[in-house]
Amino acid sequence: MAKVYDAGVKDYRETYWMPDYTPKETDILACFKVTPQDGVPREELAAAVAAESSTGTWTTVWTDLLTDLDYYKGRCYAIEDVPGDDTCFYAFIAYPIDLFEEGSVVNIMTSLVGNVFGFKALRALRLEDIRFPIAYVMTCNGPPQGIQLERDILNKYGRPLLGCTIKPKLGLSAKNYGRACYEGLRGGLDFTKDDENVNSQPFMRWRARFDFVQEAIEKAEAETGERKGHYLNVTAPTSDEMMKRAEYAKEIGSPIIMHDYITGGWTANTQLAQWCQDNGMLLHIHRAMHAVLDRNPHHGIHFRVLTKILRLSGGDHLHSGTVVGKLEGDRDATLGWIDIMRDSYIKEDRSRGIFFDQDWGAMPGVIPVASGGIHVWHMPALVNIFGDDSCLQFGGGTLGHPWGNAAGAAANRVAVEACVEARNIGRELEKEGKDILTTAAKHSPELAIAMETWKEIKFEFDTVDKIDVAHK
Amino acid sequence: MQDYQSSLGNADSRMFETFSYLPTMNAEQTRQQIQYIVDKGWNPSVEHTEPEHAAGSYWYMWKLPMFGETDVDAILKELEACHTTHPDNHVRLLGLDNFAQCAGTSMVVYRGQTV
Repeated sequence: MAKVYDAGVKDYRETYWMPDYTPKETDILACFKVTPQDGVPREELAAAVAAESSTGTWTTVWTDLLTDLDYYKGRCYAIEDVPGDDTCFYAFIAYPIDLFEEGSVVNIMTSLVGNVFGFKALRALRLEDIRFPIAYVMTCNGPPQGIQLERDILNKYGRPLLGCTIKPKLGLSAKNYGRACYEGLRGGLDFTKDDENVNSQPFMRWRARFDFVQEAIEKAEAETGERKGHYLNVTAPTSDEMMKRAEYAKEIGSPIIMHDYITGGWTANTQLAQWCQDNGMLLHIHRAMHAVLDRNPHHGIHFRVLTKILRLSGGDHLHSGTVVGKLEGDRDATLGWIDIMRDSYIKEDRSRGIFFDQDWGAMPGVIPVASGGIHVWHMPALVNIFGDDSCLQFGGGTLGHPWGNAAGAAANRVAVEACVEARNIGRELEKEGKDILTTAAKHSPELAIAMETWKEIKFEFDTVDKIDVAHK
Repeated sequence: MQDYQSSLGNADSRMFETFSYLPTMNAEQTRQQIQYIVDKGWNPSVEHTEPEHAAGSYWYMWKLPMFGETDVDAILKELEACHTTHPDNHVRLLGLDNFAQCAGTSMVVYRGQTV
């Protein structure tokens, strides 16, 4: 029987709270951590989140009756306590797949983290996880090349890749900058990297940087006989300008370019990733601004969601945190989103903060990049935590070597190979790390000096954003 | 402070990817790394090349990859046979991972006359 128009305000829960709903295989599922204002019932607020992130508005409108809203609406199908925190709860919401444009992480996030985050009845709201159904994954282009193809392109097998971010971050001329790249690459690095805020400033315009860096790569390749690259940052004020820089990087023979996917925007990122796939270019992704979104345990977007967004939008490398360095990152949670980057199927695992099974099908993986305050002493732990399919990036840990960055690079290269060799014969890296490095340093004066320089440096602060477990 | 010894003119500057920054492995160390390839379930494959063509993706296969071979001695024997037949060439051992459709690892076991 047809519905009758009844103007006025209804409780959200009458329409959007459906505890008996069984999510479909094709539904997009989301888990929000909801912190209510005092006195608002859980079911009403959870239903409000479902409504405001899908079809609903605050009052009934006559045009609702021109469509089948019962089909299109988001449904809150479960509420759970947050372990160890009574101020908030988890709301699980299912969205029918045709609420969203195919291949558009922009469209999905505009709904899921749109107006609802400013809703007054909420004290705070955090998007903890999204399950993208394989039907939706198949509409996205994903990483341009993927892990295996990157290995084949660069001829790197059986070990983590090694990189270095050029410092100082700002102020070097193009020629001096190329010198810093050359020294690192000839010392044994696979990659050097533009820092995220290196775009095209007056002290070093992009084109001069690209030309000098490419000369550095080519000389280091001829000298060492190994394949090398530098992440040329094409992040730009407009996407036309970004594409112009990408085209030029390809023209001069650079194997890899770089983009900042949050500040640069997901539309630009998806466009660039598709271009990279069409043009045989690798794409390194930086994540400036992520901590603004993901660090507060009660409000924002968890990094595991931003990781999934990037894998769908497209990128071959993504910064993941290091666990051991200077930047925030809980170990179990980091292991969770590293799996999300690389694996083809990830099971729900609350101990790692993973709320849903996630099937990526044949979508290629993303290489996690560990960067930020790491040095040779961290190498055993990094190889153990990240494994071979990773990129370990030492900025200060290369350039700060007392003999310069060729020596700094060689120290890191010797250390990573010594750790891989030891791991392969069954030694426990985190327990025996000191012995493994000390033995390797007997044949490498560069490593010996690096170990002496950084022996006292530690970053032991407690993590702000922990996995939700009963820790009270 | 030490100078970093590396140049276009010095053939010793040429490197060979994984493990080439470590001292040359002795026989026992090489055996252990081959055992790792076997334990991972990868297929051993012996390849060689003239040193002047080492930069390319394709080296010559020494026979077909040794599908299903788990005997470290048998693998060592093929490496040695390849080296004896092509003493001036570089010889490498790959562990081919058919699930990843990519080499799981690769190491140069014999170096020819580097250029």
